[in-house]
Amino acid sequence: MEEVVDQSLREMRDTFASGRTRSVKWRKTQLEAIIEMVKDNEDKMCDVLFQDLGKHSTEAFRDELGFVMRSATTALNCLDKWVVPKKSNLPLLFYPSTGKVISEPYGTVLVLSSWNFPISLSLDPLIGAISAGNTVLLKASELSPNASAFLAKTIPSYLDSKAIKVIEGGPDVATILLKHQWDKIFFTGSPRIGKIIMAAAAEHLTPVTLELGGKCPTIVDHHSVSKDMKSVVKRISGGKWGSCSGQACISVDYVLVEKSFASSLIEMLKPMIRSFFGENPKESGCLSRIVNKKHFQRLARLLNDPGVQASIVYGGSMDEEKLYIEPTILLDPPLDSEIMNEEIFGPILPIITLRDIQESIGFIKSKPKPLAIYAFTKDENLKTRILSETSSGSVTFNDVMIQYMCDALPFGGVGESGIGRYHGKYSFECFSHEKAIMEGSLAMDLEARYPPWNSFKLTFLRLAFREAYFKLVLFMLGLKK
Amino acid sequence: SNVKEDNPASLGIRAQSLSVFAYVSVYVMVKVFQAADATDLVTELRRSFDDGVTRGYEWRVTQLKKLLLICDNHEPEIVSALHDDLGKPELESSVYEVALLRNSINLAVKQLKDWMAPDKVAKTSLTTFPASAEIVYEPLGVVLVISAWNYPFLLSIDPVIGAISAGNAVVLKPSELAPASSSLLAKLLEQYLDSSAVRVVEGAVTETTLLLEQKWDKIFYTGSSRIGRIIMMAAAKHLTPVVLELGGKSPVVIDSDTNLKITAKRIIAGKWGCNNGQACISPDYILTTKEFSPKVIDALKQELEAFYGKNPMESKDMSRIVNSNHFDRLSKMLEEKEVSDKIVYGGQKNRDKLKIAPTILVDVPLDSQIMSEEIFGPLLPIITLNNLEECFDVIRSRPKPLAAYLFTQNQKLKERFALTVSAGGIVVNDIAVHLAVPTLPFGGVGESGMGSYHGKFSFDAFSHKKAVLYKSFIGDAAIRYPPYSTGKLRLLKALVNSNILEIFRVILGLS
Repeated sequence: MEEVVDQSLREMRDTFASGRTRSVKWRKTQLEAIIEMVKDNEDKMCDVLFQDLGKHSTEAFRDELGFVMRSATTALNCLDKWVVPKKSNLPLLFYPSTGKVISEPYGTVLVLSSWNFPISLSLDPLIGAISAGNTVLLKASELSPNASAFLAKTIPSYLDSKAIKVIEGGPDVATILLKHQWDKIFFTGSPRIGKIIMAAAAEHLTPVTLELGGKCPTIVDHHSVSKDMKSVVKRISGGKWGSCSGQACISVDYVLVEKSFASSLIEMLKPMIRSFFGENPKESGCLSRIVNKKHFQRLARLLNDPGVQASIVYGGSMDEEKLYIEPTILLDPPLDSEIMNEEIFGPILPIITLRDIQESIGFIKSKPKPLAIYAFTKDENLKTRILSETSSGSVTFNDVMIQYMCDALPFGGVGESGIGRYHGKYSFECFSHEKAIMEGSLAMDLEARYPPWNSFKLTFLRLAFREAYFKLVLFMLGLKK
Repeated sequence: SNVKEDNPASLGIRAQSLSVFAYVSVYVMVKVFQAADATDLVTELRRSFDDGVTRGYEWRVTQLKKLLLICDNHEPEIVSALHDDLGKPELESSVYEVALLRNSINLAVKQLKDWMAPDKVAKTSLTTFPASAEIVYEPLGVVLVISAWNYPFLLSIDPVIGAISAGNAVVLKPSELAPASSSLLAKLLEQYLDSSAVRVVEGAVTETTLLLEQKWDKIFYTGSSRIGRIIMMAAAKHLTPVVLELGGKSPVVIDSDTNLKITAKRIIAGKWGCNNGQACISPDYILTTKEFSPKVIDALKQELEAFYGKNPMESKDMSRIVNSNHFDRLSKMLEEKEVSDKIVYGGQKNRDKLKIAPTILVDVPLDSQIMSEEIFGPLLPIITLNNLEECFDVIRSRPKPLAAYLFTQNQKLKERFALTVSAGGIVVNDIAVHLAVPTLPFGGVGESGMGSYHGKFSFDAFSHKKAVLYKSFIGDAAIRYPPYSTGKLRLLKALVNSNILEIFRVILGLS
């Protein structure tokens, strides 16, 4: 394995040094190839996603395939614009110098993706790395083995295999990879592993983007959205259970609502769940399963806490064989239980009641900064408070998850939920070094710039730097001391 | 008791009280910074931040204006401290530290409202329609700025300007290798700024280590690559984002078609005229052709003499070497076998005065110490090439520097250089000036660092750009939700490809 990595790195570095990946034409060809790859292999991709996660093909398309195609199309359409150097306006003091900023690829980058959206979380960063002109090595997660194998087998037949490589494996392979020097590392996964990645990157001063997670709260201000409550419930339910069964970094983790409305909310959630998945969600084919036994047991442990068990108001049934957990609602589980202190990443939805919805602010602030905050409210005051008093990767009002689809918005965390961002042009920037270029003129020269120093030069430079041009002129004419 | 007379007993009591008082005073003054102090400090600043002290526009502008007052009222003391610490000439201190800071502060004050305003986002996609979006700038929280010894005021206050304008609480740790500056900074910042949110911690490795154990919302470090790694590793424990402004060997490529007089003057001003070569973007070494090299050397010698006279060791227009450690480091570089005999100008040293004359060397071995580590001193090696083309390989074979310089009139060469040489920043036909341009991001890549600042980039460096999406309840595509069907799939596909025609066809059942 060590040799494979060494050789891959060497080849990627040689390819980068050759300059091939710098050409816009090459980048576009690769992006077109990604679109072609997805189009040609739609069925196969839906297949592997079903095998790894029990995803329905519609969900697979919506969250992964369609998303990747759109992302690649956007990059294709915008690349010519993105690569144009940005002119910088220089202060008059520097006339006639000119300045601009060029986006330059970092070089050879490493993308480590996650198991829950194994296609999109692998290909989307790849799209960013390629559009920025890098060579890239992708390691997909071993916890989604079919997707990983698919990518390892298929990518080389569509993309430039001397520049874009795929490696399979688990933590042992990751450890080998992290010993090497990369020009950038892009990681999607848990905060715990994120810390390990960043520490490894520190050895080589490698910049990182870490897309991590957190407990994304959903505030339901029932006073102001009572008219649209059906929509609210539908969106929350769709976001929680309709996307990989809650195993998403931006999933609705828990709901905050006033005590007076809690039972009404629950009574609306129940039929909504049934409308999605029928009377027997296990057989619906529309609910993803838990990824593996380890995570199943983790979720079972969260649920089996006596205090948590007592708070189950809907669902709760589990089938370890089928890695199935029923869409489950909890009402006020103990706040010190594990389920309220770690990212759930599963189909269990705690509802936390408050006396007053304004308390949701303090509640959210008492926890690490999440990747997203969702708030269903039309109260402008509450919106302002949420925006200015809480901190999160993003905030979405009156919907959930959808910020992921908006590629004009940067997608990334803050604090425990991550470092850096991507999507759309932010993906391009994520994998680029913004290099400042300044050009001076050899024609004009200012004596005052050079030693030996004297008080004339000092005053001159002081005035020049202050951009006190009028005073400067007076000074030079001897009319000012 | 009311002691009125100086009788022996009362004298004794007074002597005792005085000595207790003296002991307590001394203890308080030299109180050692300990782990608990670091924790308390961060806790206090976090409370101030959570209370909203630093968030408002008024507070930020007030603090920035106070920094301006420091520049206005205390320039002589700053110049004096820099002279104590580095032997820095008045002009360098006034212009390259105070004047640059003034500009930085004025720009921030002028632009802050603009910077703080959310960015509107042009379009949201059809899949998320109807929605509007914006990007809101929010402070990260409590940040740590660790600065360097060579431009102790500039490199301390410039990042602090960024931290404050972005609305953070900030702790500054100046370098202990410039002690007069460090202590003046501590005194002035405490005197002028809001100490509930802005603090200075003086000290060395121990204090820095204690600070690094805390959880910060951002760490901004200026210094060496070696320490940069330690900083990032400490930051990783808390997933703290970092900006590392490091260094490297900034090469200067000189083409034979250049105006040699101006080239030489700019190189000299950029090297010896900026803290005597002790700057992160100092021209480290020269690359030129074997043919052109003698002319380059002559031009440099001529201008060096014009700038510093026949006896540069006596010139007051250059900083001294910062301390004996660095002096010895530089001496060793010069004394290395196969290096000492390559000196073509200068080479004089005076350890007592911590002075080394401007020294030029030609074709030292590429694996010598002087060509392997950042020089950070008044030594300038010239490496000659058979043809200028080879410069690309030489530069590419080394770690990416903070800056790369090229002197030429050849447009094609300029373009190729700008495109293919990877460095923090590139300057053509000048040296170091890009540092003073607030509209250019200043930072490194690879070994020379990560992140950037200056101007708005400083504000951005200390901000979280929070994406905000506003959705309404109008229109809820059933296709988003289970149960899933082929019809839904088709509609989704159409939406994802933003194909209006297809959407209508599906809705109307025509597809």
